[in-house]
Amino acid sequence: MPVIVVEVMPKAELLDPAGKAVAGAIRRLGNTQFEAIRIGKRFELHFEGDPNTALEAARKLADSMLSNSVIEDVVDVRLDDSKAKVEA
Amino acid sequence: MSRIGVVTFPGSLDDRDALRAIRRAGAQPVSIWHGDRDLGGVDALVLPGGFSYGDYLRCGAIASHSPVMTEVIAAAKRGLPILGICNGFQILVESHLLPGGLIRNDGGSFVCRDQKLRVENTKTSWTNAFSPGDEITIPLKNGEGGYIADAETLAQLEGEGRVVFRYLDVNPNGSMNDIAGITNELGNVVGLMPHPEHATEEGFGPDTKLAMRNGTDGLRFFSSVLNTLAVA
Repeated sequence: MPVIVVEVMPKAELLDPAGKAVAGAIRRLGNTQFEAIRIGKRFELHFEGDPNTALEAARKLADSMLSNSVIEDVVDVRLDDSKAKVEA
Repeated sequence: MSRIGVVTFPGSLDDRDALRAIRRAGAQPVSIWHGDRDLGGVDALVLPGGFSYGDYLRCGAIASHSPVMTEVIAAAKRGLPILGICNGFQILVESHLLPGGLIRNDGGSFVCRDQKLRVENTKTSWTNAFSPGDEITIPLKNGEGGYIADAETLAQLEGEGRVVFRYLDVNPNGSMNDIAGITNELGNVVGLMPHPEHATEEGFGPDTKLAMRNGTDGLRFFSSVLNTLAVA
């Protein structure tokens, strides 16, 4: 079944305590190369039927439900061709 | 007798305490289910604390799309007094009945403490039994209580006196401007992270100077709404 991927990130200007905690843990493991880490969300929407209709619906859902524009940004809504090919 | 509803969502925790607080304040509590499509003609409404839908997606996000919320949003716009406590506050911001958002505590951990607050606005449906500047103590318990809003919204809230409660002594979650609770333009919808319903009965509230667990500062939220309904 084809998949649409929606990616949501906390707004850049907001503190991301979860990302900060992971960055701290990585530093404690001895890696100093990664200075900051931010954690976002990836949604995979499996669909049937017309990809264009599904993409349009996914974009609307990304704004209305999957993200909250006060605290998050939708960074990508795309048809995931790679998965479709693997399954085909 | 005034009838005040409490909506139970899957994962609500403090609905029973809210119902009890309403009874102690002298009103008739009414249980409302998240799948209901009407509010049973209640005179006011509480969205209680808890972890609706396990805080999945975002705190309060899935609950804000419940069947009952269509009517809650319509009722809010008609002026029905609505109090959102903790998860209820999160549901109110996810429903856009209140501006801004609530994010994970800046300290990264869940905070549970008796929290001192200053009452900044005593004109709302839920705070008219207080005097401006009153300092109260009620329990606070949340992991995602950091209040945020963009600069414009924040300036508007401050300018219009819509910050209802501010944290005193300690800002437990990194909330902007120490904001603990806010109201809408009409003053009928109030949301706050701390829990007034847990401070309505001597022996079961926060500690006071007089005795352990003696604090009942939360009771005045409910006597406020009864004042509002008596005038209406």
